[in-house]
Amino acid sequence: MGDPLIATDEASARDAIGWAVSEKTPIEIMGGGTKRALGRPIQVARGLSLAGLSGIEDYEPSELVMTAWAGTSLAEIEATLAANGQRLAFEPPDYRALLGGAADGATIGAVFSCNLAGPRRTAAGAARDHLLGIRGVNGRGEIFKAGGRVVKNVTGFDLCKLVAGSFGTLAALTQVTFRVFPIPEAEATVLVIGLLEQDAVAVMIEGAQSPHEVSGAAHLPAGIAALSGVSAVGGAGRAVTALRVEGPAPSVVHRVAALRRCFAPLGEIEVLEAEGSQAFWREVRDVTPFAGDSRLVWRLAVPPAGGAAVVAEVGRRIEAEAILDRGGGCVWLATAQKAEEAAGAVRDAAATVGGSATLIRAPEAVRSHADVFPPLAAGLRDLTARVKRAFDPLGLLNPGRMYAGL
Amino acid sequence: MPRVVIPVRCVKTDMRMPVPDTPTIARRQQIVGALRRIVPDGVIADEAAMRPYECDGLAVYRQIPLVVVLPSTVEQVSAILRYCNANNVKIVPRGAGTSLSGGALPLADAVTIGLGRFNRILEIDWDNRCVVAQPGVTNLAITNAVQHRGFYYAPDPSSQIACSIGGNVAENAGGVHCLKYGLTTNNVLGLQIVLPDGEVVRVGGRHQPEGEGYDLMGLLTGSEGLLGIVTEVTVRILRKPETVRAMLMGFASNEAAGDAVAAIIGAGVVPAGLEMMDRLAIHAAEEFVHAGYPLDVEALLIAELDGPQAEVDYLVERVAAIAARCGAACVRVSASEDERLRFWAGRKAAFPAVGRISPDYLCMDGTIPRRRLAEVLARIRALSEKHGLRVANVFHAGDGNLHPLILFDANRPGELERAEEFGADILRLCVEVGGVLTGEHGVGVEKRDLMPVMFDEVDLEQQQRVKCAFDAGGLLNPGKVFPTLHNCAEMGRLRVSGGQLPFPDLPRF
Ligand SMILES: Cc1cc2nc3c(=O)[nH]c(=O)nc-3n(C[C@H](O)[C@H](O)[C@H](O)COP(=O)(O)OP(=O)(O)OC[C@H]3O[C@@H](n4cnc5c(N)ncnc54)[C@H](O)[C@@H]3O)c2cc1C
Repeated sequence: MGDPLIATDEASARDAIGWAVSEKTPIEIMGGGTKRALGRPIQVARGLSLAGLSGIEDYEPSELVMTAWAGTSLAEIEATLAANGQRLAFEPPDYRALLGGAADGATIGAVFSCNLAGPRRTAAGAARDHLLGIRGVNGRGEIFKAGGRVVKNVTGFDLCKLVAGSFGTLAALTQVTFRVFPIPEAEATVLVIGLLEQDAVAVMIEGAQSPHEVSGAAHLPAGIAALSGVSAVGGAGRAVTALRVEGPAPSVVHRVAALRRCFAPLGEIEVLEAEGSQAFWREVRDVTPFAGDSRLVWRLAVPPAGGAAVVAEVGRRIEAEAILDRGGGCVWLATAQKAEEAAGAVRDAAATVGGSATLIRAPEAVRSHADVFPPLAAGLRDLTARVKRAFDPLGLLNPGRMYAGL
Repeated sequence: MPRVVIPVRCVKTDMRMPVPDTPTIARRQQIVGALRRIVPDGVIADEAAMRPYECDGLAVYRQIPLVVVLPSTVEQVSAILRYCNANNVKIVPRGAGTSLSGGALPLADAVTIGLGRFNRILEIDWDNRCVVAQPGVTNLAITNAVQHRGFYYAPDPSSQIACSIGGNVAENAGGVHCLKYGLTTNNVLGLQIVLPDGEVVRVGGRHQPEGEGYDLMGLLTGSEGLLGIVTEVTVRILRKPETVRAMLMGFASNEAAGDAVAAIIGAGVVPAGLEMMDRLAIHAAEEFVHAGYPLDVEALLIAELDGPQAEVDYLVERVAAIAARCGAACVRVSASEDERLRFWAGRKAAFPAVGRISPDYLCMDGTIPRRRLAEVLARIRALSEKHGLRVANVFHAGDGNLHPLILFDANRPGELERAEEFGADILRLCVEVGGVLTGEHGVGVEKRDLMPVMFDEVDLEQQQRVKCAFDAGGLLNPGKVFPTLHNCAEMGRLRVSGGQLPFPDLPRF
C-alpha cells in the first residue's frame, strides 16, 4: 500500500474520499491502526488516516456528554475524563497485546467504529449504547451528520447504531459525541474459588438476578487464573469466579457482604479491593491470558445461561481453553487447531444456543480466506449489501473488511 | 392507575400528506378481497367500524384508512406485505395508537395493519433474564408477567398501560426511568421483522450481540414503522432494586431548580428518575390528585433513588444537601411506599390534569442540554406571551427532555394554528441551544416539516437512502418523518465530479 492520505480536518477527509470516488479507487479508513488485525484484511492501494483529525471539541462534565474529533486518542479522552472523575462506562478494551501490531494508542473514532466493549457490557451496554451523534464522510464523498448532542433523541433514523460496529465500511467517522459517566466512589470484586464451569455460570446467574447490581461477572479456569498478575487470582491454584460491584462506598461494603454470604457455602471467598479489582478486570477486558501465544482466539456471544454448555460442546470436538465473561454471555476461546476445523466446532457450538462467534485473532492468511464475522443468514445478507450501498454505492470504504465481496 | 387520556375535540385536515393515489382507492374492493383471503376474520372495511383507527394520540389529525387488517400470525403479515408490495399498495403499521406524533396516522390510500392480535407473551427466560413477546403486548404487561419473581421491564412510558411493545420499539420509547436504565433501544435484545417485500428476518437473540453485522436492531428501533413490521420482540428484564425512595424538592425559581438538576448530575449521582414540574403544572396536578405538592413554589423536582438500602440512604442525603445548597424551599423524602407513590401520582397524572384546566393541549417533546434548562424555560415563557397561550412544563429534567404542554381552545378560530406555531418555535429553540426536535415521541407527521431545522439536505438524503435499502417502493408509512419524499433511483445516482482532484494537496507522509 502506498503512503496513506492524511486528513487533518473534515474537509480534507471529504476531499480524499471525493478523490477516491472520482477515481473509483477503494481506500482503507484508519485511525491509530491498533485494530487493523481485527476483521478481514483489506487489499487496497490507498489508506486514509484520520488520526490527525484530533481534539476534544466540547466537554461539559455536568452534561455527561463529550464531543471529540475521531482521531483523538482514547488515552487523551480517558485522561481528560478521569481528571473530572468520569469515564467511558462501556470499558473499551485495549487489544494491542492480544493482536500485536501498532504501539500507538487507539483513536476514539475506531473505538466506536468497531463497537468494542468490556466486562461492564451487561450493566452498561456496548459502545453503540453510548454513541449519541456522529459526523462523517460517506462513500459518496459527502459530509453528513446524524444523532445529536443530548442523551435522549429520536429525531430521524438512528444511524449512529448502524455506524457503530460497521468497521469503517459505511463512513469515515470524523466526529463522535458520546455519553460519559461518573466514576463510582468505590469498587470491589468478590472471588469464589474452585468452581466448575457450570457451577460458575449458576453463580453468575444468581449474581445477575440478585438486587446487588453486579457490574462484571467472569470465570477463569485454573490454568488461566494462574496467569493473572493479581496475586489473589494468580495464586489461587484453582478456578476463579469473579463478581464486581461498584458504587458509593457504603453500598459496595453492603453488597460485598451480601454476595459473600450468598456464595460462601460454595467455595472459598476472597475480595479484591480498589486497585486489585481494577487490575483484574483490565486483564479480563483485554483478554490478557491469551495475549502471549499464537492460537486462534474467538469471541462468542451467547445467552449467558448457555455459556458453560457451549464450552463443553466445543471441548467435545477440539481442544480449547475458555474464559467466561459477562456472566457467561461472552466466551473467549483459544484454539490450536487448523482454522477450518476450529471454525466448524466453534460456530456449531455457538449456534446450538442461538449465539454467534467472531474470529478475533488469526494470522492474516486465515482471515483473508475464512469468515471472521459470523456468516449472515441469506435474507440479512442482501439487506446488508443494500445498506452498504446506501452509504457507499461504489464499495470504496474498507471493502471486504467484514464480508468477502462487501 | 392514571388513564391514558387522548384529546379528541379538534380536527385538522390541512396537514400536507402525500396526495392519495386515486387508482389505488378505485381498486379498494379488490384489495379488501385479497386481504380477506389472507386474514378471513380480520378485515375491517366498514367506515363506521374503521373510526377507532382514524387517528392516534395526536388526535388533531384524522383520516379514515383505506381498509384495516388485523393479522395474528407472522405468515399473515408476510403475505399482506407481499401482496401490497406486488400491487403497489401503501401500508401504515399500528400498535396501540398512542403515538403523540401522528406516526400511526392512516392514509386514505393505505392499508392500516393493526398488530393488536399479537398479544401473547411467548416465553419468560429467567436464566437469561429476558422476555419474548409479540408486538401487541402492552408495555406494562411485560412487567406484570415477571414481577412476581422480583423482575421488571425498565422503560416505562407514561402510556404504559396502553402502548404496545412493538410501538415502543418503533418509537424507541422512553420513560421516567430512562435516565438510569436507558431507552427501549438499550433494552431490546432481539427482533423478528417482516420487511416490506414480505421477507421475514431475525436480528439479535437472547444475548448481547457482538460482531453480527450492521446493527439493524439499533436502526429499526425508533424507525417509526418506516423500515419493517416488528412481529416479535425480545427484551431484557432487570431485577427490582432492593429499596426505592422518592424526594420532593420545591424551588422559588425555575433557575434554581435547573441549577439543582445540573448539580445533582454533576456530582456523579444518577437518580433512577429526575422530573420537574413548573407552577402551572404543580397546581393542575395538585387539584386533580391531591399529591400533597407545595403550592408556594415556582418549580418542583421529583427525584427517585433506587438500589441497596445503604446506597439509597446515602444518596438521599447527598441529594438533599445539593438541593439545600441550590436554595430549595422545601425537601421531603418518602418514608413509605405509599408516600413514594403519592409523590409520583401528581407527576403521572400531570397530562390529564392539564387536560382538566384547558379544553385542549399540545404536548411537545424537545431535548436540550441540561445546562440550558433555566434559560430555555425563561424563553418558553416569553414565547408564551408572544403567542398569547399558556404553557405548563412537566418533564424529564434529568435527561433534558422537555414536555411543554401548550394550552389552547380549538373552538376558538386560529388557536390551534397559534398553538402549533408556538410549538414549532419551542422546537426551533431546542435545536438552537444544541438540542433536538424530539426526545422520545418521534417525528411522525407532527415534526416532519421541522426536520430541516436540525438536518441539512445531505443528512436527510443519507437517512432516506437507508429507507430505500429497506423499502425501495416507499410503501411503508409514507408521509411520515421525511419532509420531502425522494425517488430511490434518483437518490441512488452518484454525481461524480471527475477532474477536480484535491488529492495532490493532501499532506502525506
Ligand atoms: C398519555 C400519553 C403519555 C405518553 N407518555 C410517553 C412517555 O412517557 N414516553 C414515550 O416515549 N412515549 C410516550 N407516549 C407516546 C406513545 O405512547 C409511545 O410512542 C408508544 O411507544 C407508542 O406505542 P403504540 O403501541 O401506541 O404505537 P402506535 O401509536 O400504534 O404507533 C407508533 C408508531 O409505531 C409504528 N408501529 C407500531 N407498531 C409497530 C410494529 N409492530 N412494527 C412496526 N411499526 C410499528 C406505527 O406505524 C407508528 O409510526 C405517550 C402517549 C400518551 C398518549
